Amino acid sequence: MIDRDQVFAWLDEVKDPEVPVLSVVELGVVRDAVVDADGSVTVTVTPTYSGCPAMRVIEEAIRDALLEHGIAQVTVRTTFTPAWTTDWIPESARAKLEAYGIAPPGRAEASDELVPLRRAGAGPRCPFCKSPRTALRSEFGSTACKALWVCAECTQPFEAFKAI
Amino acid sequence: MADLALFGALARIGDDRLVLGHRTSEWCGHGPILEEDIALSNIALDLIGQANHVLTYAGATEGAGRDQDALAYFRDAADYRNALLCELPNGDFGVTIVRHFLYGVFSVLQWDALSKSTDETLAGIAAKSVKEARYHVRHAGEWVIRLGDGTAESHRRAQDAVDALWAYTGELFVQPADESALVAAGITADVSLLHATWQSQVASVLHRATLTVPASGWMQGGGRTGLHTEHLGHLLAEMQIVARSHPGAKW
Repeated sequence: MIDRDQVFAWLDEVKDPEVPVLSVVELGVVRDAVVDADGSVTVTVTPTYSGCPAMRVIEEAIRDALLEHGIAQVTVRTTFTPAWTTDWIPESARAKLEAYGIAPPGRAEASDELVPLRRAGAGPRCPFCKSPRTALRSEFGSTACKALWVCAECTQPFEAFKAI
Repeated sequence: MADLALFGALARIGDDRLVLGHRTSEWCGHGPILEEDIALSNIALDLIGQANHVLTYAGATEGAGRDQDALAYFRDAADYRNALLCELPNGDFGVTIVRHFLYGVFSVLQWDALSKSTDETLAGIAAKSVKEARYHVRHAGEWVIRLGDGTAESHRRAQDAVDALWAYTGELFVQPADESALVAAGITADVSLLHATWQSQVASVLHRATLTVPASGWMQGGGRTGLHTEHLGHLLAEMQIVARSHPGAKW
């Protein structure tokens, strides 16, 4: 009999199409999986960013993966609550991100400032030379979830996962 | 079950983001520097994504079988409920940034208020969107300061943009009379209550940018009841042409 842990294990093989070093489980996109008595599976997902164009691809990949494992009836439903946060990404996945060349996110700050004009706290260390001397180049990167930084030490530009 | 009052309120929330998102997407490939091209395209995606969520929910509450695509592509200008501020042309980079800032502060306040909605779906969408809106307004606010406190030319253009757009900000805070039952039930937020905070937040950034806050004067309106500028029709013509030329097409 298939259980929730088995479904999560299968989904841990489904990679994020834009950050292929992370699975959709590690990313925190998969929130729940329910296996019904008749063997059908309902997976609950939450979007990372509202405009993330990868979400539909992720949903299809989840469905395809479970169909391949012999689940005849797969439903993927979306929830917005609680809102996705990078704090859900576990330490093991953060290490994978850095090894892949993407600086992992810091803690999502709960700023009291209504209209924040400055980033609070220190920036990420360079994923290549590990120097803390890095500078923000752009708050927006090649995907919604990343920002563009440059290392002042090794001069390597790199992307960093935004903490939200 | 059909709830037309809620549908109307959701259309106002969603249409703002859809129209401003589409406007912002016009910068894709035209940004003054690569980083800004990417930034504006990302912001456009977020706004359209927010609109997608809100209009999906709007379609469900209307109960007339219209999904988010039907609402986006098959309504005419008079059926749109966005504020006029969102549909104005992009102008130069200064106008684009100042508009994002003026609307962005409102957007943060509105999403924040809606995140406490008694309607779970709306509260969930809002709690997600407010994180993005804060990111957007930080980007715009930094640029307002950079432009206003920059060169004589950038200062002049930023001030011109503030002066030109100011008359379109009042509409954001006019609470539609037909939403009073929704506000009483805690489902939607009374936008008039957000005005004082908006005013002080905007003023503090404009002061830091050495820009002058315009005196309050005549305010434009009409978008919330479907009375739009001529600019919306042109925007929709471009946004809707493919869907209307090939209805039901899949790709």
